[in-house]
Amino acid sequence: MQTELNRQNVVRGFDEPGIRKAFLGWLNKEGGAYAFLSPYALLFIVFIVVPVLAASLLSFTFFDAIQSPRFIGLSNYISLITQDDTFMKYVLPNTIQFAVIVGPGGYALAFLLAWMLAQLPRIPRTIFALILYSPSMTAGVAMAVVWKTLFSGDQTGYLNSFLMELGLLREPIQWLQSPQYLMTIMIVVTLWSSMGIGFLAMLAGILEISPELYEAAAIDGMSSRWQEIFYITIPSMKPQMLFGAVMSIVGTFQAGAIGVTLSGSNPTPQYAGQLIVNHIEDYGFLRYEMGYAAAVSVVLLLMVLFFSRVATRLFASEA
Amino acid sequence: MKWFSRYTGVKNRGINPQGFHVSQIKFYVLLVPLSALMLLPIIYIFSSAFKPPDELFAFPPRFFVVNPTLKNFTDLFSKLSNSGIPVSRYLFNSIVITLVTVLASIFVSSTAAYALSKKRFKLKQTLFVINNVALMFVPIAVTIPRFLVVKNLSLLDTFWVHILPVLAMPVGLFLLKQFIDGIPDEVIEAAQIDGASDWWIYWRIILPMIQPALATIAILTFQAAWNNAEISTLYINNESLRTLAFYLSTLTSTTATGANAVAGQGIAAAAALIMFLPNLVIFIFLQGQVMSTMSRSGLK
Repeated sequence: MQTELNRQNVVRGFDEPGIRKAFLGWLNKEGGAYAFLSPYALLFIVFIVVPVLAASLLSFTFFDAIQSPRFIGLSNYISLITQDDTFMKYVLPNTIQFAVIVGPGGYALAFLLAWMLAQLPRIPRTIFALILYSPSMTAGVAMAVVWKTLFSGDQTGYLNSFLMELGLLREPIQWLQSPQYLMTIMIVVTLWSSMGIGFLAMLAGILEISPELYEAAAIDGMSSRWQEIFYITIPSMKPQMLFGAVMSIVGTFQAGAIGVTLSGSNPTPQYAGQLIVNHIEDYGFLRYEMGYAAAVSVVLLLMVLFFSRVATRLFASEA
Repeated sequence: MKWFSRYTGVKNRGINPQGFHVSQIKFYVLLVPLSALMLLPIIYIFSSAFKPPDELFAFPPRFFVVNPTLKNFTDLFSKLSNSGIPVSRYLFNSIVITLVTVLASIFVSSTAAYALSKKRFKLKQTLFVINNVALMFVPIAVTIPRFLVVKNLSLLDTFWVHILPVLAMPVGLFLLKQFIDGIPDEVIEAAQIDGASDWWIYWRIILPMIQPALATIAILTFQAAWNNAEISTLYINNESLRTLAFYLSTLTSTTATGANAVAGQGIAAAAALIMFLPNLVIFIFLQGQVMSTMSRSGLK
């Protein structure tokens, strides 16, 4: 119906018979595909492509959200590297520390857990999978309530009370306000909620591997479980490993707001939990230096892309 | 000793066993304490939502509720937010927004996935690669340009701004496309020979055959929409258009004092449970479907 209408308009619009014929031919052959694709494509362009392009363009400008952007070349990138002490001293090291532990750490943990679950019969496996997955679906707001009470700074906080009972602590500690502990707590909380769809994908991947592969290896004399993992399990499920890796990289960087959520302030106490995402927000929404914030966003996107490339190198299926 | 050999033989040792085997004991030994630890915060949500005020602030704090009460829930729903909006309004917004988003997302992703998987056109491979690159997209990185886009489209302070950005979900399209790839081309060709239109094929053949994948998309979208507080914070100024997730985030971020803090904690605990419970229930019902979708999630 819709294509019918379009076709009539097109017929009226073009007088040149050659172009018209070529266009109608294309519409006949490929128009249907694009009709099905268009709602998603439109949203994809508006909310993903345009913002990414806009960020790249804005990163070369000075923009305070009041006056129109002014082109300043690479200045934002140069000052990010040479003048932004906070970025070099806190944000970048914090982000790397957080990303390296939560990313590969969470990923390895997800794989090991998935592997262990795969060795159990269906019913206990489903129950464990549900328990491990459930933290990831609460991400964000609902959990902030819980963590704030568990790590509460006075003696009614569970952790404080527990440690004082054991005699390990004499005075309650302001867990979420102390630069010393904030990063550790952020890492623990993020790891706790990192068994998401990457974990489920890996679990499904392990279960898909044909049992004959293991039997054949056993006949060839493979006896250790570790050998099985490295020579059979992982190579047989590379596509799921890659999917899991990409999900874990994205999840790691996406989780960057956790420090601000936990401590309740941006910047976090003495920048202890300041990650690159918070830095963007700090400059973009608190200082209105949108051009500069855009440059930081571009750096973040490039970091994600770089790590995903590394993961692709590791797990790409041989073409 | 015959019963014992059932659990020690070769059968049931290894991946995806049918029953119990002694070699599994070591996994239980590791998994049981770990899951208990993972479960603690979740149990805490349930337990504290039903705690009366004196238990919420008991010293030393008690993990489990002793005298459960529904008072936190009645308080929650009789309360007005600081700007005079009843909490039920936030809940209503969340429900409507989530429902519309889930339905729209199923439609938008599955039509696109059908085209990418089964239609023939020149840019097909390119577009799929672009979507795969977009799997690595981190929405939080482009908060600012997204804000500018939303503003220029006059979507600020509208109902639709809750829905439209969530619909652009590369993971959803990816999973659906992989699942549709599993439907043999012959099925579709046979329908085409019988003169079926694209739309008929999509509606009558594709959709019924990809129900597990649709369930997965529904869950992912549900989580993205239901738990979303950012959209209300960034794009909405009209309090009556904001969501329950947003309201909950205001309860935890404001540092209330005195009597207010006491009431606030109970209300926050009740709201947290209402936020969490639907996630859990939906996942329990659909987990089988999710697992069968995930087995095709490989990224080549």
